[in-house]
Amino acid sequence: MLAHAVGMHARPAVKLTKLAKRFSARIAVRVAGAVDWIDAKSIAKVMAMRAAPDSIIEFEASGADARAAVDALIMLIAQDFPDVGR
Amino acid sequence: MSDTVSIVIVSHSQDVAKGAADMVREMVGDEVNVAFCGGNPDGGLGTSVQRIIDAIEAVWSPKGVAILVDLGGAETNSEMAVEMLPPQRRAVVVVCNAPIVEGAVMAATEAAGGSPLERVRAVAEELSAS
Repeated sequence: MLAHAVGMHARPAVKLTKLAKRFSARIAVRVAGAVDWIDAKSIAKVMAMRAAPDSIIEFEASGADARAAVDALIMLIAQDFPDVGR
Repeated sequence: MSDTVSIVIVSHSQDVAKGAADMVREMVGDEVNVAFCGGNPDGGLGTSVQRIIDAIEAVWSPKGVAILVDLGGAETNSEMAVEMLPPQRRAVVVVCNAPIVEGAVMAATEAAGGSPLERVRAVAEELSAS
């Protein structure tokens, strides 16, 4: 769980999805309090998530690299979606 | 970058095509090759089969090319361009049924992860299905 400052606009959504796809783990994401978990590797779904700035984002992952995946995603959000790996 | 599906953007307007390509490059990054074309040879609105073929060739990838189009003639001319490609290339070029800007960004996002052409197309077309 992590608060983020920027909100889930198009650019952060692309970054989150691209990062999630680097891992083999199944990764789900949601805005805290939302009923449904979203596939973090689906750009259409992540972009439609509409997380407001300063909302809490939750991740749930399963698979061999699940821990690493969640750590990396939390880092991405903690750093407010920096331009990296370009 | 030949290990990812490439994207071709075909609009009636050169400005729209370029703008969509700029969005892909800035939002998704440069691991996916993007080409664009728009306008007729006289500088007006329209699409040209030859320009579409040139765009496909410019970003050719053995993993395939996904084409995003705007209206009517962009789609029919893109289909014509695909038909004029050599048969072995024709088999791995698809015209996506998706909104041009959103489809291009989403297709490129999926392609950046190394997904196969059919998956890239499906992600772009998810937008029209819902």
